Amino acid sequence: MNCNDTQQLIDAYVDGELDLVRSLEIERHLQECASCMQTYKNRQALRTAISNSSTLYHHAPASLQKRLQSSLHTASKVAPSPRTVVWRTLIAAAALTLVLVLAWNAFRMLTPPPASGSLTQQVLSSHIRSLMPGHLTDVVSTDQHTVKPWFDGKLDFSPPVVDLKQQGYPLIGGRLDYVNNRSVAVAVYHHQEHVINLFMWPADQNASQETTTITQQGYHLISWTRAGTTYWAVSDLEEAQLQDFVRLIQQNTQ
Amino acid sequence: MQTSNNAKRFEQAVLPHLDAAYNLARWLTHNEQDAEDIVQEAYLRAFKFFHSFHGTDARPWLLTIVRNTYYTWIQQKRAHEPIAYLDEEIEQAGSDALNPEELVLQSMNHDLLREALEQLPVEFREVIILRELEGLSYKEIAAIIAVPLGTVMSRLARARKRLQYYLTCRMNKE
Repeated sequence: MNCNDTQQLIDAYVDGELDLVRSLEIERHLQECASCMQTYKNRQALRTAISNSSTLYHHAPASLQKRLQSSLHTASKVAPSPRTVVWRTLIAAAALTLVLVLAWNAFRMLTPPPASGSLTQQVLSSHIRSLMPGHLTDVVSTDQHTVKPWFDGKLDFSPPVVDLKQQGYPLIGGRLDYVNNRSVAVAVYHHQEHVINLFMWPADQNASQETTTITQQGYHLISWTRAGTTYWAVSDLEEAQLQDFVRLIQQNTQ
Repeated sequence: MQTSNNAKRFEQAVLPHLDAAYNLARWLTHNEQDAEDIVQEAYLRAFKFFHSFHGTDARPWLLTIVRNTYYTWIQQKRAHEPIAYLDEEIEQAGSDALNPEELVLQSMNHDLLREALEQLPVEFREVIILRELEGLSYKEIAAIIAVPLGTVMSRLARARKRLQYYLTCRMNKE
């Protein structure tokens, strides 16, 4: 992401209206670019100034509420009007209804469809989200005998958790997540400052036994199914290293 | 009986948003009396068409009606606000030269902030009010002012640049 893109999107970013991937790209750019950082700080300062200023919000006077209540009272009791007025009201009603219908249709068309996304995208989004501060682990432990029981009672299956510290992939904790319309277990591993998320859930009947590698947005995702469990390993490690990790997991979960 | 039930439902769903309706009307009209008139008119319209409201949150729906009522009213008054497009000047002036610490200090000065908002052209003012004072999402704002999401985003961006520019100029003067 360059300065131009950032300047275009900075308001949506400040307003929390950007999707996660682009938010992360902006954050990365802000770290490197002093001038965009300045824009960001100014936007923040302006927003804070407006929201801290309690006198900017105009509250309705109490008299208005009383007046409204009494006129609504009259309106709800009013007898049918003479014919001409009825017609005029009907025309106005038709026009306003049309406007409202159009506005609400536009509203609904603008509403993006629910993000079902492909499974790959779901797993990847979950991985990226886990990298945001405070999202990585629910239970922090390098001990598989702490992490594995932690999942019990939180899931309707018992995920295999192995430690690969000896092989250079220390376990650092576990987390619950929601992928593929179900709660899933995630074991979190480290390798040379890279994070590996290993997603696990009970396999579908027709899950593919083959090990599949997908590369998307600079991340590698490797998925396979063994002994009734579907695994997805995600990381920004080099593909060969992630494949090593997957081989070790496969050997230890036979 | 039907009617009085309707009135009760309306009171429960729509009356609680009176502050939001008045706040928007007040910022649009710059004037207390006009704001009250517009809110009253909007509530009568809302009551008439309440049967067409099927959502859960009546606030965006009511604000749509307040805004439409305002634009009908202003057209009848034929008092068009001058809309000057100054964005190029603003960009040349380098609005980001503004020191954010100073801006925070200025936030103590509510009057200056109010003045900055009041001078915004109405199409910028309304998006700032809906976003910053009502906390509505881009999607809700897009529905209320009947424009695409992208337009909401760019209007907010331009509105904030203008505010920043105005505040910077005023600060430098003082």
